[in-house]
Amino acid sequence: MSDLTAPLPAVEPEAGAATSGAGPRRPSRLRTYAALAPFFLYVGAFLMLPTLIVIVGSLQDASGVPTVENLRVAFTEQRFVDAFMRSIWLSLVTALAGAIIGGLLAWAVATGNPDGALRRLVVAASGVLAQFGGVMLAFAFLATFGANGIATIFVEETLGLDVFDRGNWLYGLTGLAVVYTYFQIPLMLIVFLPALDGLRREWWEASASLGGSSWAFWRNVGGPILAPAFLGALLLLFTNAFSAYATAAALVSQGAPIITLQIRAALTSEVILGQANVGKAMAVGMIVIISITMVMYALIQRRASRWIR
Amino acid sequence: MMAATRRRPLPVSIARRAILIAVLGYLILPMVAMLEFSTRGARGTRNLDAWVAIGSDPNLIDAIVTSLEIAALTVVGMLLLLVPTMTWTLLRVPRMRRVVEFLCLLPLAIPAIVLVVGIAPMYRFLNTFLGGSALTLAFVNVILVLPFAYRAIDGGLRSIDVPTLADAGRSLGAGWLRVMGEVIVPNIRGGILSAAVLAVALVLGEYTIASLLNFDTLQVVIALLGKRNAYVSVAVSLAALIFAFLLVLAIAYLAPGGRSRAPQVEEE
Amino acid sequence: MSTTKIRFGTALLGVIALTVAACNQGGEASPWRTATSAASQGGMSALEAAAKAEGKLNTIALPPDWANYGEVISAFSTKYGITVDSQQPDANSQEEIDAANNTKGTDRAPDVFDLGAGVALANTALFAPYQVSAWADIPANLKESTGLWVSDYTGFMSIGCDTATVELPATVADLLDPKYEGMIALNGDPTTSGAGFNGVVMAALANGGSASDISAGVDFFEQLNEAGNLLPVDPSPATIASGQTPCVIDWEYTNAAQGVGRTDDVVWETVIPSDAPPVASYYIQAINKDAPHPAAARLWEEFLFSPEGQNLWLKGFARPVLQEKLIADGTINQEYLEALAPAQGTPVVLTQEELTAAQTYVSENWNITIQ
Repeated sequence: MSDLTAPLPAVEPEAGAATSGAGPRRPSRLRTYAALAPFFLYVGAFLMLPTLIVIVGSLQDASGVPTVENLRVAFTEQRFVDAFMRSIWLSLVTALAGAIIGGLLAWAVATGNPDGALRRLVVAASGVLAQFGGVMLAFAFLATFGANGIATIFVEETLGLDVFDRGNWLYGLTGLAVVYTYFQIPLMLIVFLPALDGLRREWWEASASLGGSSWAFWRNVGGPILAPAFLGALLLLFTNAFSAYATAAALVSQGAPIITLQIRAALTSEVILGQANVGKAMAVGMIVIISITMVMYALIQRRASRWIR
Repeated sequence: MMAATRRRPLPVSIARRAILIAVLGYLILPMVAMLEFSTRGARGTRNLDAWVAIGSDPNLIDAIVTSLEIAALTVVGMLLLLVPTMTWTLLRVPRMRRVVEFLCLLPLAIPAIVLVVGIAPMYRFLNTFLGGSALTLAFVNVILVLPFAYRAIDGGLRSIDVPTLADAGRSLGAGWLRVMGEVIVPNIRGGILSAAVLAVALVLGEYTIASLLNFDTLQVVIALLGKRNAYVSVAVSLAALIFAFLLVLAIAYLAPGGRSRAPQVEEE
Repeated sequence: MSTTKIRFGTALLGVIALTVAACNQGGEASPWRTATSAASQGGMSALEAAAKAEGKLNTIALPPDWANYGEVISAFSTKYGITVDSQQPDANSQEEIDAANNTKGTDRAPDVFDLGAGVALANTALFAPYQVSAWADIPANLKESTGLWVSDYTGFMSIGCDTATVELPATVADLLDPKYEGMIALNGDPTTSGAGFNGVVMAALANGGSASDISAGVDFFEQLNEAGNLLPVDPSPATIASGQTPCVIDWEYTNAAQGVGRTDDVVWETVIPSDAPPVASYYIQAINKDAPHPAAARLWEEFLFSPEGQNLWLKGFARPVLQEKLIADGTINQEYLEALAPAQGTPVVLTQEELTAAQTYVSENWNITIQ
């Protein structure tokens, strides 16, 4: 998987390494790899081990006896299947919306002054907004579209319509989609802008000097080069929305329409006890779906590396 | 970049402005709404009571301080973990590059809600040694920030010629530590700052793991406040956003060439 | 790395380790850790002294406006000079247990629990047996024989409304009226929240169901949802104040507390609906077996089951377990007693089997997710 934000073309690290390191002392292979040990140990302890615990837990019942019952329940029982489907739908829709709108924004920013205030402001704001989902975003939307939100009141007073159903649409899947798109757009900007930056002016000028119109440029040069980056970003946005928890947790309390909230319910319900391992089974399901997405991402990037030379 | 020239055709200009206004407007609207909501007084008046109340809530102040401390620890931990590893990989074990990259992007595949389920036993273990302070959240926050920090530092490392710089330093007699600290790091300052800022933004916004491990960080307290007093919680949310935005902006202006770009050959 | 740096690092680590070890000493060697009554270790005065020496109590999931816990905590803290760390006020019972497991062995672990019946019965392995001084006066079916847990208070399921916005209903059936469109909130999802679950039980009893068959309750809420009267919002003091949830189905003590001491335009009144017998569910007190402050934990229990503690709960509109005894002794606070909403009929409390059956039914049939 090559780095999505790598500018095109990239420095070739392999070539670089070959010219260096031929010093008089050849350090032992062990010492060379040992320097990477802290990293592997850390990631092993804080990422791989917990994942392993989740996977093992999903294959056990409440008293530790191995069973596939949890997996069966998580993947066949209607309410969980529904939740998986809704999560996927929500992630697809918001990834597309975020990719298109964010892509347009990225284009608008990239075509501006590279050292200008607008670009710096927008990039900074995007960096913040992309990370700041969760609770604060939920409150922001409640303040805008909630029962006493500024938009709700405005629409009611000027148009006399209760378009926003007293703010209750926010708590359903549509509401979640709108809120998720809000943090998908900045993420798209951050991820896609470097790709747009990498479209070298020379190519644009070369295309123009060959008599190509702006449309021709995009169709034959810009489009194919950007397509992998765009698709990669799309997949990233999908993963982002699929894994999102905090925003939905803050907004939705009745029912658990998406799979991350179902996991929360399985872990913290005080009414239906002993479901923690079903929660882990759902978590395994999430990992599987995301892994498929990541594999697709890797394949796209490998195809894309044709252009990065 | 293409079309950095001022001679843009008019339709493109109009389209560009329209997009900027529409999208940026949509992004700013909730911020404005938060400002409006948090300054509401009784019966249509405006006041800053909710904002003033931020300073007088001890739980909130504690949570802010705690979150900032965790952020600082996370930045330090992330840099200590990533910069040496990535540099070493680049220089000595290039075939491990893909492995390191994969591991750094792996946290994206394992959502926080899944991670917290599996990490609870680890935290029980840690708590017996380190006493259960919220600062231990830095350990898991470093993992969460890996994908973004990797990207930023990688961008920085790609934009300089690491092997040559390292060779130069070594041939002048410096040990690896000095090469790292005095040659590499200053040259990837932009990438490091970028990674640090992403880390701070992530930590200040992290809710899932903190809440499910029962620590009182900023987001957890904001969520709590939301149930008691809607106005103060909106005010503090907006304050946190503005703070993070100013921080990011400051770094963007202070960092030399803060964007990761391939060196433009024609500029030499 | 220079030797100076190495030595400094080791010294620092050593200091940290020693500090941590010292901090974790608390509570381990205390005789109160296994005391099953105050008398066994020298009586109340010895307990008070030991608790004051510990100086701290960790509580969890005690919102200040839930059964007047805010005042209970400050009264305890003032009376004995013990600092109370009230953690995670909005946690539910399962989250209390999770917190206890996650912070086991640290100084932050909760000392005492206030749990819903289901969660308590499933986790008795975490509790330490202790019998408060008033043990003998508590009915046998409301406590565990060795003292592992004891019921503390209950309330009846109620409906609360902002009467400045809409009229207070008298029965559950009234809720289907169109004037309540988009106004009714249930406190929590019945598949995850005890209060929400008991709201469904109340609806079942009002619509021909019984303690062993609550399907009528699930059907009622689906009707309510279809009529557009049900809100998918979690009610809270904030949503009540902002007018987002003009009507709330919740325990009487939570609803009634919202009506007290308001300075805004909301007038919050509570009613126990007359078309169903009152639904009750006792909450349960237990002491953490690995409590970092065992003496303070036990003193807290003694305080809660003393007339002072019981009356403070009564002030919060909860019905304390020793209510009858206090009335008989004349130590009950009449004013608080009379402030309780009138309730007709024999209260219904689900037995363990009925509870399990009902919860299974709800988990499989509660489909009210807003699309």
